[in-house]
Amino acid sequence: MAPRILLGLLGLVVVAWIAYKAGQNTRLFWVVTLNGITLAALFFVVAAGFTLIFGLMRVVNMAHGSLYLLAGYIAFTLQANWYGVSSNLLSGKPATVTSWLVPLVVATVVIGLVGVLMQQVFLRWNQGQDLRQALITIAISVILADQMVAHFGGIAESIQAPASWPDSVTIFGVRYGFFRLVVVGGAALLIGALLFLVIKRTRFGMIIRAGVDDRSMVSALGVNIQVVFAGAFFIGALLAGLAGVLGGTMLAVQPGNDSAFLLDSLIVVIIGGMGSLGGAAIGSLALGLVSSYSNVYLTFGTTDLTNYSILLTFILVVAMLAVRPLGLFGRPA
Amino acid sequence: MAASRRARLPQWIALGVLVLFLAGAPSVFDSFTLSQILTKALWLGIAAASLIFLSSYGGMISLGQTGIYAVAGFTMANLVHAAGGRNLGWDPLAATAAGIAVATLFGLLCGAIAARSYGIYFLMITLAISVIVFYFFAQVTTLSGYGGIRSVTPPSVIGNPVVNPLPLYYTALVASVLVYAGIRYLARTPFGLALQGIRDDPARMQALGFNVTLHRTFAFGVGAFIASIAGILSVWYTTQISPGGINVAQTINVLVIAVIGGLYRLEGAWIGAVVFSTIDNYSRLWMPNVGDWLGPDRFETVIGLIFLVIVLASPGGLVGIWESVWARRNRARRGPTESSGMPAAVADDDVVDHPEAV
Repeated sequence: MAPRILLGLLGLVVVAWIAYKAGQNTRLFWVVTLNGITLAALFFVVAAGFTLIFGLMRVVNMAHGSLYLLAGYIAFTLQANWYGVSSNLLSGKPATVTSWLVPLVVATVVIGLVGVLMQQVFLRWNQGQDLRQALITIAISVILADQMVAHFGGIAESIQAPASWPDSVTIFGVRYGFFRLVVVGGAALLIGALLFLVIKRTRFGMIIRAGVDDRSMVSALGVNIQVVFAGAFFIGALLAGLAGVLGGTMLAVQPGNDSAFLLDSLIVVIIGGMGSLGGAAIGSLALGLVSSYSNVYLTFGTTDLTNYSILLTFILVVAMLAVRPLGLFGRPA
Repeated sequence: MAASRRARLPQWIALGVLVLFLAGAPSVFDSFTLSQILTKALWLGIAAASLIFLSSYGGMISLGQTGIYAVAGFTMANLVHAAGGRNLGWDPLAATAAGIAVATLFGLLCGAIAARSYGIYFLMITLAISVIVFYFFAQVTTLSGYGGIRSVTPPSVIGNPVVNPLPLYYTALVASVLVYAGIRYLARTPFGLALQGIRDDPARMQALGFNVTLHRTFAFGVGAFIASIAGILSVWYTTQISPGGINVAQTINVLVIAVIGGLYRLEGAWIGAVVFSTIDNYSRLWMPNVGDWLGPDRFETVIGLIFLVIVLASPGGLVGIWESVWARRNRARRGPTESSGMPAAVADDDVVDHPEAV
C-alpha cells in the first residue's frame, strides 16, 4: 500500500505544480496541453496496432516502428514521384488533397500487406514461441532500418499536407496547427471508435475477443484461426502504416523514428497493459502529456531541468510497474 | 556426479588450451587484428556474457545491458580527465570503481522494476530501459558533451591502445577469464542453484519459500556488474564514449552477439563476439555491391540476415549447432537404444539447454 500512497502524493504535487504554472501563463498551458494531446493521438494510432497484434497472437512485433517509418518513406516517395510534390518552393508543387490522400492510402495498404507477408513467412510456423518471434521481428527491424538508410538516405524529409487546408484553427483562445489537431486528432478518435465498434459489435471482433481468451477453443469451434491471425496482423500493420504517414506529415520522416516509435509503443502498452485498446488510449494520453509538460514545465526559478525530461517518462514507467506489473488493464498471459 | 565431472574434464582442458593460445596471440597476429578483432571481441563478449548469464541461468532475456554499460562508461568518463565531459580529474582506477558501482546500483534499481515480469514483458521493459538511457545521455549534454566525451584518460597501465594495444588486450583477456570463471562459480553456489530453480519453475520455488523477486533482482544486479565491466573496457578501447555508441543499434548488437553464439551457453558470448567483430571488419572489405541492397556499407543488413537465419534455424546459436552435431555423432556411435529419449545436451549436469523457451 505504501507505494500507492507515495505515488498518489507525487501525482498531487505534479498536478499542483502544473496548475501553478498554468495560472502564470494560460495561453502557454493550452498550447502545451494541445501538443501533448495531439502527440498522444499519434501514439495511440501506432500503439493500437501493436497492442492488437499482441492481444490476439502474443506476438510482440519489434518491427512495428520499422513499419511506421517505411510507410512514411513510401508516402513521401510516391508524393514526389507521382505528383511532383516537394517542399522545395522553386521546383516542387504544393500538395492537393488527392496528392496527399492517394499516397496515404497506398502506403498504408502496402504496409498492411508487408505485415501479413512477415507474419506468414516468418511468424506463422513459430506460433506460441513468443520470445523467438520477438527475436525474428528484431532481426527484420535491423535489416529494414539499414535498407531504409540505403534507399532513402539519412536526411529528414516531410510529407506535404494539402495546401488548401487551413494552417491553424483557434481553440481555447490560442491558434493551433490544423493538421495536428483536426486531422491527426480526428483520425485517432475515428480509429479508436471504429476499432471499438469492430471489436465489440462485429462477428470478426467477437472471434478476436474469443481468440484473446482461448485460441485453441476458438479453432476447435470451427473458426479458421489462421485467417483471423492474418487479418489481425493486416490491421495492426495497417495502423502502423497510417500512423507513419500521419506522423511523417505532422513531424518528419527520418532514420531513428523507427526505434523512437517502437519505444513509444512499448511505453504505452507497458503503462496501459498489453492487448488492451482502452489501455493503449490511456497510456498514449499519459505518455503524450508527460513528455509535453516535462519539456516546458521542468523549470524551477532559474534552474532549467527540461534537459532531464526523459527521466519523467522513466519515472512514469517505474511508477506504473511498481503498482501494477502488468500495466493498467493488463492480464496475465 | 563423479562421472559428469570426468566428462567435463576435456572441456576444461580445451578451455585452458584456448586461454593459453589467446595469451600467446600477440606474437601470432598483427596489432590490427589483435586490436580490431580480438580485443573488441573480448569486451563485446563480456557484454554478451552478462546477457547470457541472465538468460541461461535466470531465464531472463534482457535488452537492458547496453543501457547499463553506458551508465558505467559515462560515469567513468565524466570523473576522469577528458574532453567534453565534466572533466573532474579523478584517478582513473577510482573512477572505474565508481563507474562500476553506479552502474551496478542502477542495475539493481532496474532489476527491482523488471524482476516481477517474465518472458516477453521482461524483454520489453529492459528494452525501454536501454532506450531511455540513450535518450537521457543524448539530451543531457552536460553529462555527455556535445556528441560524446573524447580522449578519456585510461589508467597508466593501459596507456593509449592505439600506440600499444597489448596492455588493453591482456586486461580484456583477464577480465573475460574472470567473468567466465566467476559466472561458472556463481552457478554452483546456493544462490545460483536457486536462480536456476526459479528459471525452471518460479511458482514452485515461491512455494518452497524462496523470495523469487529478490533472487531475480539480485541476478539482474550481477548481470549489471558484468555489463559495467564491458562498459569500462569499451571506453578504454575507443578512448571515447558518445550517445551514438549506446543507441538501439548497439543494444540489438549485444543481443545479436549473444544469439549468434548461443543464448543458453556462456561460451557462446565470446564465440558470437569473435564472429561479429570479424564480420564487422571484413564485410567492409570484400562485400560486393548488389544494387543498393548489399555493399561494403551494409554491415547492419549482413548481421541482420545472419541473426535472422540463426534465430530461424538454430535457437541455440552456433554452440547449439555444434552440440546437436556432437550429440548426433555420439548417438550414432552408441547405438539408438541408449539415449533415444534424451534431448541433445542434457548429459552434462550444468548444461543449460532449453530451446523451447525461445
